[in-house]
Amino acid sequence: MSNVMNRELQPQDFAPALALEDAHGLMRPSRSYWQDAWWRLRRNRRALLSLWIVLGLLAFALLGPALWRVDPARQDIDQISQAPGADRSAIIVAPYQPWNGLAMADAPMQTGVLGLGDAPSSQAVRVLWDALPGASGYRLYRNNYPIDEEGAFGLPIVDVMASGGGHYEDRLNLRPGTYYYTLVALDEFGGLTQRFETLTVEVPRVITVEEVRQRALVPDNQELAPGDTVYLAFHPLGTDYLGRDVLARLMSGARVSLFIGIVAPLLYVLLGVVYGSAAGFVGGRLDQVMMRFADFVVALPFLLFMILFQVVFGLGPGQSGIIPMMVALVLLQWPATARLVRGQILQIRQEAYISASRLLGARTWYLVLRHMIPNTLGVVLVTLTFAVPNAIFTEAFLSFIGMGVAPPTASWGSMSNEGLATMLTHPHELMFPAIFISLTVLAFNLLGDGLRDALDVRMRSLE
Amino acid sequence: MWQYTLKRIFQGIITIWFIATATFVAMHSVPGDPLSSERATTPAIRANLEERYGLNKPILEQYVLYIGSFLKGDFGISFTQRNRQVNDIIREHFPVSATLGILAVTFAALGGVLFGALTALYRNRLPDTIIMFLVILGISVPSFVFAALGQLLLVNINNLLGFSLLPVAGWGTVGHMLIPALVLGMSTMAYVTRLMRSSMLEIIHSDYIRTAKAKGLPAARIFTRHELRNAILPVVTVLGPAIATITTGGFVVELVFAIPGLGRFFVQAVQQLDYTVIMGTTVFYGAFLVTMVILVDLLYGWIDPRVRVQ
Repeated sequence: MSNVMNRELQPQDFAPALALEDAHGLMRPSRSYWQDAWWRLRRNRRALLSLWIVLGLLAFALLGPALWRVDPARQDIDQISQAPGADRSAIIVAPYQPWNGLAMADAPMQTGVLGLGDAPSSQAVRVLWDALPGASGYRLYRNNYPIDEEGAFGLPIVDVMASGGGHYEDRLNLRPGTYYYTLVALDEFGGLTQRFETLTVEVPRVITVEEVRQRALVPDNQELAPGDTVYLAFHPLGTDYLGRDVLARLMSGARVSLFIGIVAPLLYVLLGVVYGSAAGFVGGRLDQVMMRFADFVVALPFLLFMILFQVVFGLGPGQSGIIPMMVALVLLQWPATARLVRGQILQIRQEAYISASRLLGARTWYLVLRHMIPNTLGVVLVTLTFAVPNAIFTEAFLSFIGMGVAPPTASWGSMSNEGLATMLTHPHELMFPAIFISLTVLAFNLLGDGLRDALDVRMRSLE
Repeated sequence: MWQYTLKRIFQGIITIWFIATATFVAMHSVPGDPLSSERATTPAIRANLEERYGLNKPILEQYVLYIGSFLKGDFGISFTQRNRQVNDIIREHFPVSATLGILAVTFAALGGVLFGALTALYRNRLPDTIIMFLVILGISVPSFVFAALGQLLLVNINNLLGFSLLPVAGWGTVGHMLIPALVLGMSTMAYVTRLMRSSMLEIIHSDYIRTAKAKGLPAARIFTRHELRNAILPVVTVLGPAIATITTGGFVVELVFAIPGLGRFFVQAVQQLDYTVIMGTTVFYGAFLVTMVILVDLLYGWIDPRVRVQ
């Protein structure tokens, strides 16, 4: 506008226009509806970015396992609930030897009543204590947190009813980190007294040569001696509460979640298109009955019936629960598309080009296939894009409350469910699957918005 | 209007009947029967139990009895909790879910309308960008993540303050309800905000707003009387389905925050295969949802006179 206004006018601007030969010809190459939509979509940067994210997620699910060849079901018992980037080093020690209760050569100096009989390691913590005056016995506690004024002592691990000094070897589920041991004196009836001693122990991670060889952590020809440091298996996104690789599980979970999220909507949108176009085209009494039935199905409380269907299909041993969930989704979700497509068909039936085509002698099936269904494809595509996040949410929701895929199978929802228990101590187990769910839903929502704008579809509802 | 109301009520009754029938068919196609999960029983005990629950009758007669007892408002006796009526379970746990749901819908509607109007007024400026970013987040993040994060936040706040500002889980006081209701209403709030924004933008550019401005009405009056009032209408239509998603979506929040609501009870009943409780709860919820949708439809007719004319 302003360009025209500001332009300096030249005398030739007022010359009469020449009669060009191709004045009525097309100035630009003609573009089909889909080419035009694609052109518009490409100019929408948000939608284009979402498209790339969707393609990236598909690549992650399909190609990922070929690149990251870790079995998602394999448990790494040395690295349980490890956050990404956690220390993986382990010191090689000699195989476990039983202990006779005497202080060993490499034991740290005993400073108080409670001391160590040997260098502590994740193999064993060997505790020694001298007699406390007036004690008839002792109870040893272990805690993961420092013992403050009113703090609890933690897990009672042993009672020893002997008045003299004693010793105990703790091998109970030791992980690298800091442990706080407390020795409480017991009276002659085994009751607790006020007298106690505490000891802080730093436990390093150790591994034996045999274990290193067994897990193939170093090349076979490498020499190993006690005191050397080796690195345990690498888990880029950490491990879960059973020591399984989170990245590998995210990849296999992506297959499950995206499979349900994409195939189920494809199926029910297809069913909706067939049902809706049949109802719309046939019309009359049958249309009324068909749409009434669709209304009933819409009225069913969706999540309750999803759960109900999971019960109805029942899971046998070894079944993953993917198919029942898809069937339930298809059975409950088709009416929205059916209504939409029926409305479109009713509208298109009134169009002049349909009458023209009919006048030219087009048969019914030709009208439906050539004009009606292609003209509803835009709406259907947008519905499909918005249906994907819905299905992914439903899968995640059901797996989260334990009604979805059965345990050994990983899905983003079931991983979130497992991660919830350790949320306070190991948030990565919940956060990674949650981020993937959110990213997928976000990408499909933005892509759907972009497609709707590009295809210029006026949607009355965003179901 | 009366005719419309009667028609909607009649439709609602038929829908509830359909839900009851679908539930009956679904539960009776479960492999095995309700008693097979019990401990080993002698044939005599089994026969007694079947007699007690009417399982020895032909399926059609069971269906008629089932619909009949529903009409009388009797949902039967629980299979796993001896001598506990399904009615008692619903009466005890539904108010909890309903309170939570009403609070969540209130949060969602008020917040959504407010934020939506703000984004439209500050279109393409900072408040709009920030709120719309949050809206996208609200739509994309699953409710259990919000629930978990909400709880984590509460734990940290309480730790930081050194005393319990709001309880982290459980039920009983207003303090217990706030965060769960906010979490539960989050996605609906995001949805309402988006809807409100587009409907508000449409109205801001309409002729009667220009007329009102030309007349010299104060901006505040235009906003409250003309813009907000008209823009709210589409929001009312989605409130019916929103109540549906919120009440049935309550399971997760109830699970994470340990709230003794009907949703959590339903999941428990499903895990224990408590047939009467499952059927009773489903039908009850279905009836509740249908009623809510009809009420919202009628409310809409009352707010917007144009609907009544049609």
